[in-house]
Amino acid sequence: MLNPIKSYKNTFILLVITLILIVIINISLGSVYIPIKQIFLSFIDGQVEKESWKSIILNYRLPKAITAIIVGSGLSISGLLMQTLFRNPLAGPFVLGISSGASLGVAILILGASFLGANITVYAFTNWGHAIAAIIGAFLVLSAVMLAAIKVRNTMSILIIGLMFGSLTAAVISVLAYFSSANQLQQYLFWSFGSLGNLSWNEISALSFTFLIGISFVIFIIKPLNSLLLGENYAKSMGVNVKRTRNIILISTSLLTGAITAFSGPIAFIGLAVPHLTKLLFNTSNHKILLPAVAISGAIIMLICDSISQLPNSEYTLPINAITSLFGAPIIIWLLVRKRKVFY
Amino acid sequence: MKLSTKHIIKATNLSIGYTSKKEVKTIASNLNIDLNAGNLVCLLGKNGIGKSTLLRTLTKVQPSLEGEIFINSNNLEKLNYKGFSKMVSLVLTERLPDNSLTVFELVALGRQPYTNWIGYLTTEDLQIIDDAFEKTATKHLINSKCYELSDGQLQKVLVARALTQNTPIIVLDEPTAHLDIHHTIETFTLLKKLAKNFNKTVIVSTHEINLALQLADELWLMTPTQFVSGKTDTLISNNSVQQLFDSNLISFNKTLKQFTINNS
Repeated sequence: MLNPIKSYKNTFILLVITLILIVIINISLGSVYIPIKQIFLSFIDGQVEKESWKSIILNYRLPKAITAIIVGSGLSISGLLMQTLFRNPLAGPFVLGISSGASLGVAILILGASFLGANITVYAFTNWGHAIAAIIGAFLVLSAVMLAAIKVRNTMSILIIGLMFGSLTAAVISVLAYFSSANQLQQYLFWSFGSLGNLSWNEISALSFTFLIGISFVIFIIKPLNSLLLGENYAKSMGVNVKRTRNIILISTSLLTGAITAFSGPIAFIGLAVPHLTKLLFNTSNHKILLPAVAISGAIIMLICDSISQLPNSEYTLPINAITSLFGAPIIIWLLVRKRKVFY
Repeated sequence: MKLSTKHIIKATNLSIGYTSKKEVKTIASNLNIDLNAGNLVCLLGKNGIGKSTLLRTLTKVQPSLEGEIFINSNNLEKLNYKGFSKMVSLVLTERLPDNSLTVFELVALGRQPYTNWIGYLTTEDLQIIDDAFEKTATKHLINSKCYELSDGQLQKVLVARALTQNTPIIVLDEPTAHLDIHHTIETFTLLKKLAKNFNKTVIVSTHEINLALQLADELWLMTPTQFVSGKTDTLISNNSVQQLFDSNLISFNKTLKQFTINNS
């Protein structure tokens, strides 16, 4: 008896090879030119011509590449979860205001530190403080959107509610900004541009740890996610505990989006655009295939965006957020203009 | 799977409707159901009389206002979703959300109550899926995408999905609403076959009264005043079917077994 579910083995092998190539390209690009051979030498701890090269690669470029991989996959998986849960092709962590919620958490910490008293100020400038504030912010906004989604069945209304929550949090941030000092404001502004660099190995472990927790939750809901493709009533009739699935999605999306936003700033469009690109490439709705595919594609695209933002061989670096928007916005427009149906 | 032919569904003094914060809205009350396995049941009634509400109550989508429902001697309220999914499978009237599942993937989803945490299909699962395609004559469609199917094909595939769930009861809410006469008859014959040859209990809400009177083993009739259930022939002879449409425009002709327009 034939099992006609396609295995997509070759496509996956191709994707992984692309990922490895892009990682190497990404690490070899930057304001300082370093020959490829020296890059490999520094990885295997061999004799590198200049000690500074080794330091640049191991302490700056490699951490940045790892951050890009985590940020890209994490945001893309969050986007996929949102699109399946809300049955809406335009859902994503940024559109639904979840990234804004995370930003609000960080803004309260940075900008509102003076209101909140000295006790919090101590934690305010550590990245762990940012992460926890961002995760709580993301969790609160996403819970609010989900509660609204139970009442409002119309998927378009849910999208508008998400956008409204986004503007609400933006407004609160503006008010906070109005009352803060120039110093705090500058700090917040730089954070909000987004940056994949500047993470110490310690911070990367913290980010990876949260990422892995978020991902491991998702692995256990692959099966219910597939039945949710038929709608909640069918899912329930097939024995799916829809409420529990919804809660797991809530937790893992908040963890992923929250931690990523805290460490790298609010990054737009990746969560929305990558799942669509992946679905175009794989032409399937099966989450068993989509989840790993989206994770790898997200990593690849984030690395490409980062390589572009480095402006190779120049000393300037563009804000990563600008690059992802430049890349993501046209894709969304193209998706909507195209005649073919958009699936989630 | 051979089932005892007794009381697959039993409900006494059932009251159905909606509860909101402000009020309790009763749609129908005093419903008594006592159904044996292996029957094709057609639920008939005017638009808005509460057919869907009754089906939603019987399938655990909404709670009953009063009275208990027993499915295969299990109290419906105490059955969890997992247990329920092995008793009753559904074909809903709502449109499927857009997705790019293949027909095989859609039908295979019916095995979810039985598969492991990742949804791995064993040889036994594949055999049951294959069997469902066989029974519904949809094997040629397995590699198509669901959005490519016609309404008639989709309906048969949805029945196949319900079959893979391997439940003694299948509930269908207006399965032929968008179908032409050819596909309507095809669907009803399929359902009749499932009840007769495979001892399934099939409950269908429908407006196809003529077909229902010819094929159904039992009828559930919903009128504004009462709920009547019984063998099709009995309900025809004791004038219960006549009560379905309280109108001077049409009346029921017992010899033709169909409603005819009154000559005025």
